[in-house]
Amino acid sequence: MLLIHCPYCQMDRPETEFRNGGEAHVARPADPMAASDDEWAGFLYYRSNPRGLHAERWRHTHGCGRFFNCLRDTVSDRIVTTYKAGTMRPVPAPEAL
Amino acid sequence: MKEAFRLPSPAGRPIRFVFDGVAYQGREGDTLATALLANGVHLVGRSYKYHRPRGILSAGPEEPNALVAVHRGPGRMTPNLRATQVELYEGLEATSQNRWPSLALDVGVVNDLASRFFSAGFYYKTFMGPKAAGTALWTKVFEPIVRQAAGLGERPHDPDPDRYAQFHAHCDVLVCGGGPAGIAAALVAGRAGKDVILCDEQAAFGGSLLHETTALIDGKPARDWLADALSDLAGRTNVRLLARTQAFGYYAQNFVALSERVADHRPAGSSAVRERLWQVRANKVVIATGAIERPLVFPGNDRPGVMLAEAARCYLNRYGVKVGARVVIATAHDSAYRVARDLMAAGVDVAAIADCRAVVPESVLEMAQAAGLRVIRAATVAGTRGRLRITAAGLSSVVDGVVASPEWIACDCLLMSGGWTPSVHLHSQSRGKVVWNDDRQMYLPGVPVQDEQSAGACRGLFGLGDVLMDGLSAGARAAGLSGQPRPVTVCGDSGTEGGILGRLPWRHDLAGPSFVDFQNDVKADDIDLAVQEGMRSIEHIKRYTTTGMATDQGKTSNLNALAIAAGRLGKTIPEVGLTTFRQPYTPVTFGAFAGASRGELFDPVRKTPIHRWASEYGAVFEDVGLWKRARYFPRPGEDMHAAVDRECRQARLSAGLFDASTLGKIEVVGPDAARFLERMYTNSLAKLEPGRCRYGLMLNEAGFVMDDGIIARLAADRFHVTTTTGGAARVLNHMEDYLQTEFTDLRVWLTSTTEQWAVIAVQGPRARDILQPLVEGFDIARQAMPHMSVREGTVCGIPARVMRVSFTGELGYEINVPADFGRAVWDAVWAAGRSHDAVAYGTEAMHVLRAEKGYIIVGQETDGTVTPDDLGLTWAIGKAKPDFVGKRSLVRPDMLARDRKQLVGLLTDTPGTVLEEGAQITAPAHPKIGDAALGFVTSSYTSPVLGRSIALALVAAGRSRKGERLHVPMPGGALAVTVVDPVFFDPEGDRVHG
Amino acid sequence: MKFSALSVIAQGLSGNRGWPEQWRSPEPKPAYDAVIIGAGGHGLATAYYMAKEHGLRNIAVLDKGWLGGGNTGRNTTIVRSNYLWEESEAIYEHAMQLWAGLSHELNYNVMYSPRGVMMLAHNTHDVQVLKRHIHANRLAGIDNEWLAPQEAKAFCPLLNIEANIRYPVIGAALQRRGGTARHDAVAWGYARAADRLGVDIIQNCEVTGLRREASGAVCGVETAKGFIATRRIGVVAAGNTSVVMAMAGVRMPLESYPLQALVSEPVKPMMPCVVMSNTVHAYMSQSDKGELVIGAGTDSYTSYSQTGALHVATHTLDAICELFPAVRRLRMLRNWGGIVDVTPDRSPIIGKTPVSGLFVNCGWGTGGFKATPGSGHVFAHLVATGEPERIAAPFSLERFRTGRLIDEAAAAAVAH
Repeated sequence: MLLIHCPYCQMDRPETEFRNGGEAHVARPADPMAASDDEWAGFLYYRSNPRGLHAERWRHTHGCGRFFNCLRDTVSDRIVTTYKAGTMRPVPAPEAL
Repeated sequence: MKEAFRLPSPAGRPIRFVFDGVAYQGREGDTLATALLANGVHLVGRSYKYHRPRGILSAGPEEPNALVAVHRGPGRMTPNLRATQVELYEGLEATSQNRWPSLALDVGVVNDLASRFFSAGFYYKTFMGPKAAGTALWTKVFEPIVRQAAGLGERPHDPDPDRYAQFHAHCDVLVCGGGPAGIAAALVAGRAGKDVILCDEQAAFGGSLLHETTALIDGKPARDWLADALSDLAGRTNVRLLARTQAFGYYAQNFVALSERVADHRPAGSSAVRERLWQVRANKVVIATGAIERPLVFPGNDRPGVMLAEAARCYLNRYGVKVGARVVIATAHDSAYRVARDLMAAGVDVAAIADCRAVVPESVLEMAQAAGLRVIRAATVAGTRGRLRITAAGLSSVVDGVVASPEWIACDCLLMSGGWTPSVHLHSQSRGKVVWNDDRQMYLPGVPVQDEQSAGACRGLFGLGDVLMDGLSAGARAAGLSGQPRPVTVCGDSGTEGGILGRLPWRHDLAGPSFVDFQNDVKADDIDLAVQEGMRSIEHIKRYTTTGMATDQGKTSNLNALAIAAGRLGKTIPEVGLTTFRQPYTPVTFGAFAGASRGELFDPVRKTPIHRWASEYGAVFEDVGLWKRARYFPRPGEDMHAAVDRECRQARLSAGLFDASTLGKIEVVGPDAARFLERMYTNSLAKLEPGRCRYGLMLNEAGFVMDDGIIARLAADRFHVTTTTGGAARVLNHMEDYLQTEFTDLRVWLTSTTEQWAVIAVQGPRARDILQPLVEGFDIARQAMPHMSVREGTVCGIPARVMRVSFTGELGYEINVPADFGRAVWDAVWAAGRSHDAVAYGTEAMHVLRAEKGYIIVGQETDGTVTPDDLGLTWAIGKAKPDFVGKRSLVRPDMLARDRKQLVGLLTDTPGTVLEEGAQITAPAHPKIGDAALGFVTSSYTSPVLGRSIALALVAAGRSRKGERLHVPMPGGALAVTVVDPVFFDPEGDRVHG
Repeated sequence: MKFSALSVIAQGLSGNRGWPEQWRSPEPKPAYDAVIIGAGGHGLATAYYMAKEHGLRNIAVLDKGWLGGGNTGRNTTIVRSNYLWEESEAIYEHAMQLWAGLSHELNYNVMYSPRGVMMLAHNTHDVQVLKRHIHANRLAGIDNEWLAPQEAKAFCPLLNIEANIRYPVIGAALQRRGGTARHDAVAWGYARAADRLGVDIIQNCEVTGLRREASGAVCGVETAKGFIATRRIGVVAAGNTSVVMAMAGVRMPLESYPLQALVSEPVKPMMPCVVMSNTVHAYMSQSDKGELVIGAGTDSYTSYSQTGALHVATHTLDAICELFPAVRRLRMLRNWGGIVDVTPDRSPIIGKTPVSGLFVNCGWGTGGFKATPGSGHVFAHLVATGEPERIAAPFSLERFRTGRLIDEAAAAAVAH
C-alpha cells in the first residue's frame, strides 16, 4: 500500500484513496482529425513503460478528486515526488533518487 | 509417571491435555512441545515424503517437524500448527499428522525403504506411461496416489465459525521482536516519548532473556532486568506491547503487517476474536528478530531426540523441562557449551560434547573443564542409532579429512548446534539487500532502503552485552536522539563464536540419510543430485529438490542447502545466490486477512430509497454492481415468466411504475457546460434549449460505446445528466479526467448526484393521468411538455425534476425527487397509479419493454468493441462537430470495415422458441468446426405485446441481411431465424408522443 | 538418458550417480542463426520448435537470470482454452492440443492434469457472458459446458452455493479439459529437450543492447557476456519486453503490472478442480503437493518490483473465504509477485516489428502460462520463416493501428 502525497491536499494518504490514471504527459493531439493512424495509435496505445523513473497520473478519488502527477521508480516503487497536473515533469535532484 | 522430565517443584498450575488420544499433564505456561517433552514424548510426527519418525527439533517458530492439528470443536480444526507455538490450555486436544494408522506404526514408512527411488525430482522422470495412453495414466492412476500421499495436514471440512479482526495503526517506532535488542530499543524510544509498538511472536516478552540464568545485566540477574524493563514499558501510555504478535510482512513505505493470536491460548468456546491483523505505518522500524540456530547435517540427524542445543537450554531454564536423561552434544559454536553447563547443573548426564572445530576458544574449554565435561575436538557425528528415539550417537574424530571409526555413545538425546543464522527476513522484505560476510559465514543486512534498522542478533551480534547496546543505539536513532545511550554492563556473557555450514565429514561405510530440510525430507544427496543434473542456481536447486519450500520456509535449512550446493559447484555461497525472503515470515490465517469482510460485509450493498417498498411488495431482487434491484414482483402463484408477462402487458395497456433510482446522475454546471458535454458525448448539444432533453451517447477515446443516458438542460449553464447504473463512477471519472487534464480551458463543475435523487419512472398510456393531480408548478399537458423535455416544480409537494422520457416506447415520465422523499412520493404515485390499474415492474420487464423497441443496453448490446454505427446510432452523432472524445478513432480502417457486426432483430421460425442470450449465429445450419460465426444473440425474450419471441443480435453486415434466414446452432440442433429490423413494436414511434 | 520408470529404478539401485546434466551451461558462441531473448517457457519452447520443426540448430536462448525464473515459475499454472474470440480460441486451443502430449513430446512429466476449470456466474450479466463463451467455444470445437449451481457443487464440493450469500453462485461454465500443469517442469522439460537438439541456453547473460546495421536491420545483441552476432532475434521477455524493445528504439503498446499469487500450507486433497470467479476477483486450485494455489489481482500501477501490495492479496482472500468458507482457517504460506505485460486489448502480440529481423512475442498478461506450447510453436514459425502462421497472424502489432483489436477484456472474459 503506497503512501501518496496529494499535492492539492498537501497530505500523505494511503493508496486506496487514489486511482491510478496511467502514464502522465501523454497529450491528446490538439487536432485529432489531423493525426495519422499511426500517430493516433501512438496516443491511444503506445506507452513508455520504463524500468526506473516513471511519470504517472493519479486521481485523489476519495479525497479532493483532483488529478495530479507522480514520479515513481518502477523498480523500487519509491515515489520521488508528486506534482500538480498541467505542470512540467520535474527533474529530481540526484540526491532525491 | 506424570511429567517425569520436569524439574522438581514446577511453578505453573497443572493442566490436562490430550495428544493422539492419550491424556497427559502439563503446566500453565507450557507450549504443547514443552508439555510433551516433560512427559518424555519426543516422537510427534512423521515426515512428508518418507514418513520417518520425527521429534521436536526447536523451541520456536522455525520448527520443521513437530506439526500437529489442534481440535477445538466443529469447524475449529487447525492443521499444521507447530507444537512449539501452541500454548497449552485445559483440555487441549491435538493430533499428529501424516501417519496411518498411528505415529508409532505408520505404513507410509515403506516410502523410506524405497527412498533410493524417490530422489530429488524423480516424479519429473516417470509416471508418464506409454505414449498411446496420453495423459490417462498420470491423471487416473499416479496423480491421485501422489496427491493422497502428499498434503501433510488434515483438510478442513466445515466453515470456520470464528471471528477475525483488523487494526490499522500508526506509530513513531515499530520494534519487531521483543528479545533483548528489541526491548532495549523500545525502552529508549519509549522514554524519549515516542509512540512505540513492540511486538513479539511469543506469549512472553524477553526472547533469550527468558532462559538466561547466569548473566547479570547492570548487576541484576537477567530475568530481573527483564522484569524491570517490561514493567517500565507497560507503565508508559505511549508504548503498546503486542505479545503473540508476529511481524510477518514488510511492505513499501514502512508499512508492516502483524498477525496477533488473540484467543487460541484459551480453552475453546470463548466468543472473542480469534486473530487480529495489524497494518502498521511506522515512521521508523527497528528489526530485532534475532537469530535461528542451525542443525548439523550428518547421517541420521532426524531421529526423534536429535534437537537444537539452545532449544534444550530454553526448555530447561524457562520451562523446567529436561529433554533427556543422557545427552550428547555436537556443536560448531561456543553457545552449546552453556547448554551443557546448564544441563549438567540440572543433573542431566552430558556424556560428551563433540566439537567440529579443531580450535576451540580457551575460555570455552576452561568452562567445560570446570564443569567436568568431556570434549572431543575436530569431531563429527558419523551416525545415530534408534528407531522411534535416538539410542546412541556415533562420534568420530576427523584427522586430515579422514573420519575415524566412531565411538558409539548411548544417549536419549543428541543436541546440535551448527551456529546461528541471523533472521534477515524483514530487512530483505523491505527490499534492503543482504550481504554475505565471508569472515563470519553469514548473510547480514545491508544498507537499508526504507527507514529501518536491524539490531542485535539479526545483524550478527551474539553477545548479550553487544546485543543490548545495539538495541539501545537503534532505539536512540529511531527516536532521533543524539549522543550515545548510557551503556549497560553485562557479566557472565558466554561465548559467541563459531559455526559451520553444510555437511559434516562422513564415512562412506556409515552413510545414512543426512537431512537438510527436515519437513520436506530433502537430503544432502538430493542437493548433490540436483547439481549433478545441471542445476546451477539456488532457485533451481530449491525448486528441484523442494528444499526450503515447506511450511517453515527453510528457516533452519536454507544456509546448509546453499553451502552444500556451493561446495558441489566449487563456487562461493554468494555466487550461488540466495532465494528471496517472501512474506509471510510465518504462515498467517486466511481468515485474518479477510477480517470482517464476510457475508453482508463482504461488499457494500446499495439499496434505493424504494427498496423497502419493493421488498414488502414481494420483489425478487438481482445484483447489479453493488446495487440490489427489483427484478420482478411475482403475485401469488406466479413464476418469473408470468410476472414479467403481466408487468409488460399492463405497462403498455395502462401504466407501470419503475424504480430507476440506481441510474447514475451527474450535475454539470458552468458557463462552458454545453461545450464540455459536446466534447464528451457524440451528440450535438449546442442548440439544446433549456427545458429539453437529448439521448446522449458516450464513447471512449478508442471510439467504442462506453455509456449512454439522458442529457437534460435545466438552464444555459446547468445540465442534469444520467448514466447507466453500472457506469456512474466510471463516467464521472472519465469526465473529470478530460476536464482536469485536457479541456482545462473550460469552466465547468461536476457533481455526482446519484444518491441525491430518487427516480420514479411512470410509463404507459395512463402515465399523464396518474401524474396530473400530483404535479404543481408546471404544465404536463401533451403540448406543454413534449417528449424529451424536463421541468422543475413539485410532485406531491416535494421539489422535483420531471423528465418526459421513455425507455419503453410509451408515454413516460421520470420523476426525480430528493432521496429522502423517494419513498413518500413513490407511495403517493403508487396510490394514484392503482386507480389506473398501474403495475410496478422490475428490471426484467424493463428489459423486455426496451427490447421490443430496439433500445440498447450498454453492456448487453455492447461489449466494449461496438461503435455507434454498429448499433445504428449514427443519428446520435453531431456531424458538424470538429471533435469529440472517440471521433478520431471512428475513422480508423477497421472501424469502416464492411463486415462489422451490426445490431439487428431476429425472429425465430417458431414463435414460442426463445433464443439463448450469447448463442452464436451462422449462415449454415451445421457449420464446420472452426468456421467463424456471423454474430451472436445479445438479448432475447418473450414479447407479451407481440405474443412471440424476439431477439436482438449483433450480426456481421447485419443491416444488409434484412430478410435473410440464418441459423443459431444449439446442442439439440440449429434454430432457423430471420433477420429483421431491431424495432419490433410501434416502429413509427407514435406512442411516446401520446 | 531417456527418463522412464526403468531408468529411475536402475539409477536408484546404483545410487543415482548416472543421471547426466539436464542441460548444458555453455558459453555463448560469437554468432548464431537466431537468438531468442528470454529463457522462460515461451522462449525455450520457441527454441525447441525452431530446432525440431524448422531444422535450426545453431540458436541461442539468452536470459538475464535463470531459465524459468520469471513468470514461468511464478504463475498459478492454470491451463484452459475457453476464450471468446475466434482468434484467441485458435491459439489457446492450439496450445491445449500440445499440452495433451507434452510430457511424452519432451520426455519430461509436466504433470498436465485436466481436472476441469470452472468459472462462476454471480449475476445475470455473468450468465450472459459465460453462455456467450460456451456457445462460441462449441462452434470452435472447444469443450465448455453450463452447470447449474447444484452441478457446480457436485463438481467442486467445497464451493458455497447458498443463496443468501453476498454474491451467490447462480451457475458456472466448466471446461473439463482445462486444468493445471507443473510450471517448473515445463521450463525444464523444454530446456532439456532444446538442449539435446543443440540449442545453447545461456543463463545470467543480460542483453544490454540490440545492434542494427546501416539498413536498420538487426545484426546482433550486446550482452553481459559480449557481443553475439545474429540476423534474427526473437524477443520473448514478458514483463521486460518494453525495456528490451527500447534498445532497438521500438515503443510498444504494453504496460507491466505486478500480479500476485499465494499458496496455503499443504493439506490433504480438498479441491478437485480449478475454480475462478471474475466478479469477486479470485481463483483457486490445489497443487499435487497439497497447497491451495490462489491467484490475486494485479496492482493498479505499473511496476517491475515483482511484489504486490497487501491490500490486493487481502481482497482476494476475502473472496476466497466467501466462496470456500472451509478454507478460512488455513494459512497463507507464501505470497509472491510476477510482472505481467499487458496490452490494451488483453491479447498477446506475436509478430514482426518495424525493425527487420526483430520479432516479438509478448503481451500475454495473465494468460501466458496456459499458452506456452502454442505460443512457442507459432513464434518458432515466425522467427524461422519470417512470416506468421495463420493463427498467429491476427496478433500482429498492426491491429493497434487499424483498430482490429481482439478484446478479451472488453468482452468481460475472465482475464486469467
